[in-house]
Amino acid sequence: MLLLILLLPFAGFLINSTQGRRLSKGVSGAVACGAMIGSFLLSAVSVWRLVAMPVEERAIVQTVFTWIASGDFTAPFTLRLDPLSSVMILVITGIGSLIHIYSTAYMHEERDPEYARYFSYLNLFAAFMLTLVLGSNFLIMFVGWEGVGLCSYLLIGFWYEKKSASDAGKKAFIVNRVGDFGFVLGVFLAFVQFGTIDFQEIAHAVNAMGAEATFGTLSLMTLLLFVGATGKSAQIPLYVWLPDAMEGPTPVSALIHAATMVTAGVYMIGRNAALFSHAPQTLEIVAIVGAATALMAGTIGLVQNDIKRVLAYSTVSQLGYMFLAMGVGAFAGGIFHLYTHAFFKALLFLGSGAVIHALAGEQDLRRMGGLKRELPITYWTFLVGALAIAGVPGLAGFFSKDEILYRTYAAGHPLLWTMGLVTALLTAVYMFRLVFLAFHGERHSHDHHHLHDAPAPMAVALIALAAGSVVAGYAGLPAILGGGDWFATFLEPSFHVEIGHEASALDAHGLEMTLMVISIGVALAGIAIAAYFFLTRPAAADAMAERFAGPRRVLSNKYYVDEIYDAAIVQPIQIVSREGLWKVVDATLIDGTVNGVGRLVAGAADVIKRTQTGSVRAYAASLFFGVVAVLGYYLWQ
Amino acid sequence: MNALLFYGFGATAVLASLLVIAQKNPIYSVLLLIASFGALSGLYVLLEAPFVAVIQIIVYAGAIMVLFLFVVMLLNAPHEDTEYDERVHPLLRPGPMRFGAALAIAFGIELVWALNRNGGEAGPFAGGAVSSVAAIGRSLFGPYAFPFEVTSVLILVAMIGAVVLARKEEP
Amino acid sequence: MVGLNHYLVLSGVLFSIGTAGVFVRRNLITILLSIEIMLNAVNLTFVAFGRALGSADGQIMVFFVMTVAAAEAAVGLAIVISLFRHKESLNPDSFTGLRW
Repeated sequence: MLLLILLLPFAGFLINSTQGRRLSKGVSGAVACGAMIGSFLLSAVSVWRLVAMPVEERAIVQTVFTWIASGDFTAPFTLRLDPLSSVMILVITGIGSLIHIYSTAYMHEERDPEYARYFSYLNLFAAFMLTLVLGSNFLIMFVGWEGVGLCSYLLIGFWYEKKSASDAGKKAFIVNRVGDFGFVLGVFLAFVQFGTIDFQEIAHAVNAMGAEATFGTLSLMTLLLFVGATGKSAQIPLYVWLPDAMEGPTPVSALIHAATMVTAGVYMIGRNAALFSHAPQTLEIVAIVGAATALMAGTIGLVQNDIKRVLAYSTVSQLGYMFLAMGVGAFAGGIFHLYTHAFFKALLFLGSGAVIHALAGEQDLRRMGGLKRELPITYWTFLVGALAIAGVPGLAGFFSKDEILYRTYAAGHPLLWTMGLVTALLTAVYMFRLVFLAFHGERHSHDHHHLHDAPAPMAVALIALAAGSVVAGYAGLPAILGGGDWFATFLEPSFHVEIGHEASALDAHGLEMTLMVISIGVALAGIAIAAYFFLTRPAAADAMAERFAGPRRVLSNKYYVDEIYDAAIVQPIQIVSREGLWKVVDATLIDGTVNGVGRLVAGAADVIKRTQTGSVRAYAASLFFGVVAVLGYYLWQ
Repeated sequence: MNALLFYGFGATAVLASLLVIAQKNPIYSVLLLIASFGALSGLYVLLEAPFVAVIQIIVYAGAIMVLFLFVVMLLNAPHEDTEYDERVHPLLRPGPMRFGAALAIAFGIELVWALNRNGGEAGPFAGGAVSSVAAIGRSLFGPYAFPFEVTSVLILVAMIGAVVLARKEEP
Repeated sequence: MVGLNHYLVLSGVLFSIGTAGVFVRRNLITILLSIEIMLNAVNLTFVAFGRALGSADGQIMVFFVMTVAAAEAAVGLAIVISLFRHKESLNPDSFTGLRW
């Protein structure tokens, strides 16, 4: 049954990719959505079965076939459903289905074959993502890991005739590759250390060891795995592909670059929680990178003018939160934020898609304004998403973000907590800047056609996600607010973490409440700041921009990171390839050798041909010479 | 007596052959060769092989050499140029070609050397002579009948070939 | 006493003379004549050996050699005539059609 969960989308991919040319849009869309919805239903049933099992044995395992059997080493294609992966598959198939439905309307202007191609890629992505989270060993996870990278490339560059799109696709794939290299090295190291790549076996083995005191093999291994995560989940230093990935269609950004693929890195750490918790040095690094990324991305998002770019940097920033959580040992907290973020980030992206769709392709915030009146459904759902991400109490984002901040402080990292708090402020500011600029005030562009709000399929998805953004958080309602912390308890068996954190003296209800109040204050403050600058007194915003023109330019150019990478890495590689490898090795050495052999033969032949004098006497002479020589030789003997 | 005749005929043969290859005028070469054949014929008689001696005169000197003469006269061959052709490849000029002559001398020396190594039989011939034509005839039609017949085919082929090769092109 | 060796030496000398003629002369017909000299030398050898061994085989061999020599002379001269028609020259060096 588990296999079917990922086979359905794969079948959808096969149908749409091979028959796509002949199918009408209705049929392609129906096939793709049907596959996803079917997969969601199967996932729900499987999770239902899982929950019915007693806690200690919560796992459904299905071995499909033995892939590698070499000596002592076996790597079977085994799927394993446990609490952690059940959360993931519900998110993937549930939100995935909604996005598929949304796409049927959003992509409607494409031609039929392109439409089918889009859905085939989207289904393929779902199949690979499900493989990633259901795999029971590193090899299967890696298959999914690479597969989603491939689909991401295909979908970012969906409108491949546009150069910026195909460039963005390449950038995504190549940067991911760098991360994947680290990931693979980490897997090799794990194999060398443990003799197996199965997650359960590794967890058991590592729990028998103590935590590493200094940076040793475990730390190196986990660090390499984390490098892979920075690539896939867009953290420093490999986040540069995500903003460019906005060249792809908006539903793609929603699904892949918000809800699912970018969360693969977080999931990977969660899956290997036991391993990571035995490498405290790496966890430190993870937390620091997460916090730094969150803060940095937040600052950049503040000055972006493209609606999707703001959301892209927001995603990078929120992913930073997730890694911060993992880094301080709050594995359940990180996954919780992953789950809530999927809802509201997908919602925000789909909402921006509705705006773009209504404005026939306009994405610049400075040319929007006043859309609240004309796009009500879009506006209200978007507002829900913005409130959720800002961490306003009552909505999903509040619970998850708050959990992370509390855990960070309680684990004894006040600096990181401060960074997280500042990021929360920035999140509220840039998000509401977006809301006010796009939906409130007067329209800044001058075309006055009548705009239509989101068509039915898109509206359905938006409303569903908005509902989720409100309700989803209650699964993790913390104890101090009356809930039972069910989410974390549910996930506990998946993490197998046996290294207890020293019960911090700060662990008290009072602390948690205090921090919660501070977070709420920060969120509301952020909204107020945004309202001041962008709603009531826009002139003040411009004045600010003037005064801080220098820093603003740095932020606007994303700290020039892309330029630095280009100069330091890309250009040298290009030069080496062009001057060294191409001109010297290929053209001179290899071509020279091959051509040289040809020329050698021709030259030799040129010399030897002179024996063909055409004169019979010369031939007779040489013949006779041979006779004399042979006779002489025999006479000598 | 035998020795005297031998040396006499031998010297004639050698001298005539040398002159054959030294003459510029091909008619002289042919005639000198006839003389050489005559000497050889004498040598055959000394070897008590009269049949061969006669055949030599009839066939070689009488038929083949006459054929050569006819051709020489038909072609009205010009005298060989004494200067070499400028266009000729350096290796083919008289200089290098004399290398061939030198080789020939080397060959002769090798032959003599070979013969001497085998302990020269300077004595009289061991076996007896077979001088009767009848004996030869019996041999030809007996054990050597097949080659005999094949030779006749060979001559037929050569005849046809010669006619075809020397034919004038059809206009 | 004149023995086998004498005849063989004589034959060898005649053969060498014939070979030298092939290389030195620049007239096709003379070259053919030199070849005839070589053949005769060989005939002499055969007869001498036949006498030494007391068999008729030597003379039989000569019979065949002579026949073949006749055939060869006929065909060779036919070729010479044909070549002469082409090039008006009997110099072997002027026939270099098979040159590179």
